[in-house]
Amino acid sequence: MSTTDPRTENFPLAAESREAIEGALREQRALTPTERVIAGVEAYTPQEAAERTLANEMLADTRPGVRAPLLINLGPNHPSTHGVLRLIVELDGEVVKEVTPVIGYLHTGIEKQCENKTWWQSVTLVTRMDYLAPFANIKAYTMSVEKLLEMEVPARAQWIRVLLAELNRIASHLVWLGTSGLELGAMSVFFYCYRERDNLLDLFEMVSGERMNHRYFQVGGCAQDLPPGFIERLQAFIDEMPRRIDEYEALLTGNPIWKDRMKGVGVLPADELIALGVTGPTLRAAGVPHDLRKTNPYSGYEHFQFEVPTATEGDCYARYLVRVREMRESLRILQQVIDGLPEGPTIADDRKVVLPPREELAWSMEALIHHFKLVSEGFKVPAGEAYAPIESPRGEMGCYVVSEGGPKPYRVHMRDPSFVNLQATAPLCRGNYLADLIAIVATLDPVMGGVDR
Amino acid sequence: MSDVSAQIELASPGAVVAEFEHVGELTVEVQRERIVEACRALRDGPSQYVLLSDVTCADFPDEPGRFRLAYQLTSLATGARVRLRAWAGALDPQIESVTSVWPGANWMEREVYDQFGVRFNGHPDLCRILNPLDWEGHPLRRDYPIGGEEVQFSDAV
Repeated sequence: MSTTDPRTENFPLAAESREAIEGALREQRALTPTERVIAGVEAYTPQEAAERTLANEMLADTRPGVRAPLLINLGPNHPSTHGVLRLIVELDGEVVKEVTPVIGYLHTGIEKQCENKTWWQSVTLVTRMDYLAPFANIKAYTMSVEKLLEMEVPARAQWIRVLLAELNRIASHLVWLGTSGLELGAMSVFFYCYRERDNLLDLFEMVSGERMNHRYFQVGGCAQDLPPGFIERLQAFIDEMPRRIDEYEALLTGNPIWKDRMKGVGVLPADELIALGVTGPTLRAAGVPHDLRKTNPYSGYEHFQFEVPTATEGDCYARYLVRVREMRESLRILQQVIDGLPEGPTIADDRKVVLPPREELAWSMEALIHHFKLVSEGFKVPAGEAYAPIESPRGEMGCYVVSEGGPKPYRVHMRDPSFVNLQATAPLCRGNYLADLIAIVATLDPVMGGVDR
Repeated sequence: MSDVSAQIELASPGAVVAEFEHVGELTVEVQRERIVEACRALRDGPSQYVLLSDVTCADFPDEPGRFRLAYQLTSLATGARVRLRAWAGALDPQIESVTSVWPGANWMEREVYDQFGVRFNGHPDLCRILNPLDWEGHPLRRDYPIGGEEVQFSDAV
């Protein structure tokens, strides 16, 4: 930083560049690289931009082969950015020289709101962070609260959680596959993937009453048992799904256009990905078999036989193959859950934390009192801090909670894999074509609800 | 003293302030001036905490240090986890940035700066990330009110 006064930065002061400059002025510091890029791309009126273009053209006319870099603004609303991701791209011809992701467009302050809700009310809020993996959000949150409560969750509840988490993984990967296909021009894949995803949403609705943003996992277990007829429908889905995945693969895996767009595109060595904090399928496609379900089994994952798909190439195509194979492995886990689902309660029997069964309210005074206390005041969680990491469809999703012993969380923080993985966009894209940027962002699979929270 | 604390002490004597074990999680509190050395010692040490999972913060207005930072470290070799803790100080909250150890700390520290106003010295790009660039205040501080903010972007419609 050469200067400490951002006013000397010499931007034509269009309204948007003033934003960055005001922020820096208030803290008496120079503009940071990101602020300078944002201010730079926004600082021109259409007239000024036209003059700049003219000046660029004249430069190219007088000195052939010399061209000024082109700044373009992709998003925040662009069909290929998986939500409101904004990328400011600096181009030299068609080659990306630098990418600056700008996020925050979906920031709703969920972490702040959780501090003003009780522990059980916050469950509803955290579900809405990563909206393609609601069961993963809620599982990380409830697990961290259960850790602080030092609470045992019954086996049946654990298995149901595994079941829904794996169904959620398939649903999330289906959205990823469908939209990625759409972005690279393979339109029909989208329709096939959404057909199966809709079946999954029907199953979720059967269990939780909602198609998205389920509030089904509770602190201590699950809200209720699986409904009658659910297992049969799930079995039908599991029997059908391998053939459906074959269909997607028939459309894509050997498709020469798909391979041309994906192979060798967006490669980073594994150690650089780790240094950037990247986890999930992106890291596994670079040859690191890091999967929390295997390395730190939680919620009974140690009972199941499954492989952790990896690849060595680390390119977009490897990420595609890893995710498709993950769907097949999830189906294997689902079959084992159905075959071995233990009997028993689906929620812990702790009346200070868990709502009493509905029918007991009709005849038990104690149940009524507990119910009233839990709903009006909420349960108290012993003071301390806990971090519960799980393997979401996108990588390590961790929930960090701090309690001061009261009925409200003191701090809830979600370590969202999309947020951390998105940092790899710039190193992955540098030196690639602009068209490859679309493939790279697609295979990183960011969900902006989780990034911005 | 745990292995983790011993490793930090070996690389930077006197850095460890305290250590706690609670609900099966190990927390090591280090002096804020030594956080980079502690992180580097754990990353390069025998238990290989090579992955920085998370950097976050909690605000305790009544404590002398006020802002309590939490660094979640993960070992890919063993799956072990440890949390480093440091207090950033109440009046002029600041701490050294660990971006030199893990480039991935960049956005995590920007988020803490944005939401809590903790300054990370040596950070290459310390500006707001989730809130607009000209936002006033730091929303996750305990004294920042919920509700009552003016409606944003109403001039745009």
